[in-house]
Amino acid sequence: MTTTTQLTHSPTVTTPAPGRRTALRGVRAGRQHHAGPVAYLVLGLVALASLFPLYWTLVAASTDAHRVVSTPPPLVPGGNLFKNLDYVWHNAGGRGMGVALLNSTLVASSVTIGTVAFSVLAGFAFAKLRFRGRGLLMTLVVATLAVPAQLSVVPLFILMHNLGLGNHLGALILPTLVTAFGVFFMRQYLIQALPTELLEAARMDGASSLRTVWHVVVPIARPAMAVLGMLTFVQSWNDFLWPIIAMNGSTNPTVQVALAGLGTGWSTDWSVIMAGALIGTLPLLLVFVLFGKHIVGGITQGAIKG
Amino acid sequence: MATSERRQAWRSRLYRWDTKGSPYVYIAPFFLVFAAFGLFPLLYTGWLSLHEVSLYNVNQSTWVGFKNFTDLFSGAPSHFFWNALGNTVTLGVLSTVPQLLMALGLAHLLNYKMRGSAFFRTALLAPYATSVAAATLVFALIFSPEGGMANWVLGLFGAAPVHWEAGRWTSQIAISVIVTWRWTGYNALIYLAAMQAVPGDLYEAAALDGASRWKQFLHVTIPALRPTILFTVVISTIGATQLFGEPFLFGGQSGHQGGAANQYETLGVLMYDQGFRNSMLGRASAIAWIMFGLLVLLGAANALIARRLRRSQ
Repeated sequence: MTTTTQLTHSPTVTTPAPGRRTALRGVRAGRQHHAGPVAYLVLGLVALASLFPLYWTLVAASTDAHRVVSTPPPLVPGGNLFKNLDYVWHNAGGRGMGVALLNSTLVASSVTIGTVAFSVLAGFAFAKLRFRGRGLLMTLVVATLAVPAQLSVVPLFILMHNLGLGNHLGALILPTLVTAFGVFFMRQYLIQALPTELLEAARMDGASSLRTVWHVVVPIARPAMAVLGMLTFVQSWNDFLWPIIAMNGSTNPTVQVALAGLGTGWSTDWSVIMAGALIGTLPLLLVFVLFGKHIVGGITQGAIKG
Repeated sequence: MATSERRQAWRSRLYRWDTKGSPYVYIAPFFLVFAAFGLFPLLYTGWLSLHEVSLYNVNQSTWVGFKNFTDLFSGAPSHFFWNALGNTVTLGVLSTVPQLLMALGLAHLLNYKMRGSAFFRTALLAPYATSVAAATLVFALIFSPEGGMANWVLGLFGAAPVHWEAGRWTSQIAISVIVTWRWTGYNALIYLAAMQAVPGDLYEAAALDGASRWKQFLHVTIPALRPTILFTVVISTIGATQLFGEPFLFGGQSGHQGGAANQYETLGVLMYDQGFRNSMLGRASAIAWIMFGLLVLLGAANALIARRLRRSQ
């Protein structure tokens, strides 16, 4: 399935040259003013608004059904966190949030590995190899970006049913094993980062095409692979529409499907629901805290939105 | 000698195959996956939209021509369709316009030289790492009628509590807040990247001409950002047209129909409800094609506006 992955207007999508990071830090002379107190105040408030719902998830997940909806609302964590986590870990979505977590990890990892590997191959071919129909095929790749996910969910549902993949994790992995965004992203990167002389040298040494990919292209593409990998993982982990259709009523859900089950079920024990939301959010937030700088760089290089 | 010559010839032929064939091998996975799970479904949706297909017997379909479309426009479910179309537009405007304006302002502030700018950027982008499901559930709690954080804050200012989920406008505002929360930081970073590519001498010249910071923002930054702004408008509009997870989960029990009175049912939710709860896959396919048609129209309008802008420059 084509997810709505999009690009910036292509001419400015460039490689992260060494100087780019300093440019991002904003230390170019001559035009930048220092921030005044108002700027700090506004940014501080917006940062607070951005982070508060995440903190509130933790607070709500650590209270109980009554305390969480009482007035005034609790503002500091209570003592029920582990009790609630334990409950959703074992009971949410049929087999518990633990299973869902494992399933999401499996799906997002497979999709990420596939997308990165196939994008490097295709991106390399489009960036550096000459072949008949290259321009037309690349136009086709970019054109597929415009196809919305909604358009294909009904036939995908039927297709997966006929493939015997109804309610199967494979139904979530197969359609996104490679994305147009990934191919485009890699191509843009490799056009600039991969010196043609290096490829010629490898050819002179008699290296086969695949050897060249492994020993020359992959090492150079590694930073872009890392960024693409993280963006793909985030997107796959957070994907909602297709999993909710493909895994509807499944006793073997992903995190998002299990969360949807918690949210639309009969019980409205908000502290338990928030415990589920916490489990679903924490892994990505950890990735984000560890690699946030690279994700920020990846977004400014080629935008992605799911 | 002969064998080595033969081996040489074999090698060079192998080499030629390698250079000629391998590009196609490298791009094949993309096109195979796209053909199977992108192009084929796309065409199949069109075919399905002209049929009656049940969710429980997906391989049996009855030809009904354009009935699914005419039903949506003027038949029995047309009330739901026009309502969902209207909601998609209002929710789209409510979530896109404030989001992009705020992102522009924030990018401008982030572009200042300041301490802790890395922290601000990461904090602003943190919602991006949150899923629709987790974000919507947290906000559903915040906007909950009993003991919700939003009503508590309103109460501090002496305002009466609001039943956010029940009203058309209040529920749509609440849903827009979720969308805005998740995407403002993301758009701000895109604007920031574009701002930092603006040549510094443009600002210097403006400053020499006595332009204030605000004037510089209006007359230097904004024009330079025009392509980026257009890009984010297109992306956000596409996203808004397909809005599904937020309204679906915001409503809890009644989310699948966009609220008890369908007051925030979008086209995406309607498609899900018709196809996967009412078992009418043909009608769901027709809704999908209408959404696609809307996107094409929006794309054409955008292209037209972009050309106008370029000409006026």
